[in-house]
Amino acid sequence: MRLTLLLTLIASPAFADFPETVKDHILPGYAAFATASQTLADTAAKDCTADAVRPAFNAAYDAWLGVEHLRFGPATDNGTNMSILFWPDPKGSGSKAQRALLLGDPGQLQPAAFAKQSVAARGLAGLERLLYPATDLPADPCALIRATATDLAATAQQVDDAWVNSYAQTMLTAGQPGNTTYLHHSEARQALFTQVISGLEYDMDARLARPLGTFAAPHPERAEAVASGRSLTNIRLSLQALRAMVVTLTPDAPLTMAAFDRALKQADTLDDPVLAGVADPQGRLKVEILQQRITALRDTAVVELGQALKVGKGFNAADGD
Amino acid sequence: MTSRRAFLAGLAAASLPSIVWADIGSPAFIAAGKAGDGFLLHGLTATGQSLFRIALPARGHAAAAHPTQALAVAFARRPGVFALVIDCATGTTRHQLTPPAGRQFNGHGAFSRDGALLMTSEVVAEGSAGRIGLWETRGFTRIDEWDTHGIGPHEVRLMPDGNLIVANGGIQTDPNDRAKLNLATMRPNLTLLSATGALLNQTDLPDLPQNSIRHLALTATGVAFAMQWQGDPSVAVPLLGLWTPGQPAQLCPAVEAEALTMQGYAGSIAVNPVTGSIALTSAPGGVLMLFDRTGTPQATLHRADISGVSASGAGFVATDGQGAVWSVQDTGLTPLSQNETLWDNHLVALT
Repeated sequence: MRLTLLLTLIASPAFADFPETVKDHILPGYAAFATASQTLADTAAKDCTADAVRPAFNAAYDAWLGVEHLRFGPATDNGTNMSILFWPDPKGSGSKAQRALLLGDPGQLQPAAFAKQSVAARGLAGLERLLYPATDLPADPCALIRATATDLAATAQQVDDAWVNSYAQTMLTAGQPGNTTYLHHSEARQALFTQVISGLEYDMDARLARPLGTFAAPHPERAEAVASGRSLTNIRLSLQALRAMVVTLTPDAPLTMAAFDRALKQADTLDDPVLAGVADPQGRLKVEILQQRITALRDTAVVELGQALKVGKGFNAADGD
Repeated sequence: MTSRRAFLAGLAAASLPSIVWADIGSPAFIAAGKAGDGFLLHGLTATGQSLFRIALPARGHAAAAHPTQALAVAFARRPGVFALVIDCATGTTRHQLTPPAGRQFNGHGAFSRDGALLMTSEVVAEGSAGRIGLWETRGFTRIDEWDTHGIGPHEVRLMPDGNLIVANGGIQTDPNDRAKLNLATMRPNLTLLSATGALLNQTDLPDLPQNSIRHLALTATGVAFAMQWQGDPSVAVPLLGLWTPGQPAQLCPAVEAEALTMQGYAGSIAVNPVTGSIALTSAPGGVLMLFDRTGTPQATLHRADISGVSASGAGFVATDGQGAVWSVQDTGLTPLSQNETLWDNHLVALT
């Protein structure tokens, strides 16, 4: 296999650079997510009760957080990542669309038809609403749970296949003649650097800033995955995945590593699984400290990781007008 | 042996206004950018080859090209305290334009079809009320100004009939920096002005007042406009609209799964006059979206920091902040050239 050969040729234990990120972080991450999603679909097919499906659901969600920050390539083609996890959903589009599916034509749950449904109804957020319903569902969710899990497994496999069969090669041959995606080596590093920084910003700006709101108007209900109790877990898993990614990118980012560890330590000591504390002054302070730690981590990574990889934030993206 | 540059300089000195674009290789586009620590203005061919490069004293935002003479006006970034009239044959600055007291340039401008007038988008520094500054182009002196009937105008486009469409972005900014002061009450609009500055028509976005209308491209009947969303970033809103004066604006959403791909930010917009198709870029999202003439999404093409775009042939040409120039078709992006200059926000077509 060409890819295997290429990966063997570039393997070098003392070295960390974008090929190591592809080989040691991205490909295993998508493979794990595809496996976990298939297990989820198989579990739901056997027994669709919430109690039976929840562990496999959480395992698939955990696996997604290992790659969720990679918002480029196959995961973002046609907005695929939106169909895997649609959050935030400030207008509640997902539950509206699911209500229609629960009460509507069962033919919509066939794989080909289901893949065309609103991305807000699909994926992990859709499953969470069915497995941890806040109020009584309007109909038996069994068929919709199975359809959603099957669809998720197919999507996860499709992204994994696309990486294995083509996009890994595209990244690994960055700068070589004929590569019209990455015109230079540095563009592959630039792309991965961007994922680290935007992943941290997503943790700050979406996962933490949404529930924090303002001191006068906190919004604990806006935290991610409150129903399944995963809000803080998701932040920790995201930070761990980003840290693991940086390790594969460069050995020369000690300050960034230390900043990751400080942020993770704060997350570990935070005894607030759904960030409910944002609504009281004591609890809020601890969540704000976590946000500050991630902000400091982002600022450190922009400078140190940027220098190590010889890249920076996009010339235009950083400007805006 | 006389260098081409010296020859052109001599020619320019001998007959100041007569150097036309064809004399310097008929560039298809002009584009600003950054190389090392320096800022440059390039003339580019349709295949992305640089015909000339001229040093700029600071980072520009957009440029306006004279319709016939080889002159470009480079506008400073907001809040703009200067614009430079650059002789693209010699690389020299012919004039430095300074807005009148209490006015600031707002990044864009347009020449009249005969080149006799330059129209600049401006704000009254205190309060950001919109103005079009009028400059005659023999000596580039200020001759008048018009009200744009809105706050914070950004791009202005001249219609074939001589009327002018202004994108009043709606955002009041601090006169000393770019801090936004009125996001809760902003109300952007599109305004049609006559060739003498009279208000002919106007439309706004009653349901999405926080969607700042910033960039424009001419269509057969009016403009396609690009917006920048100032509301909740997790709410997906259309970033493309179409306006035929006299009718309400029509908003054109992306496909649902890609509605957040542009991160609420559309930077540059172009319309292909042959096919009517529309290209919209987002540098933060690293994406160029194509729509057909009715505003229906056709394709989403990913490329980090892609921003400048202009029509070319039956498709488009786009530039990015990594120095690449791309040919854009529905089927994908094909690299045309790569330059050490990192291309800035806009790619300006010479027509």
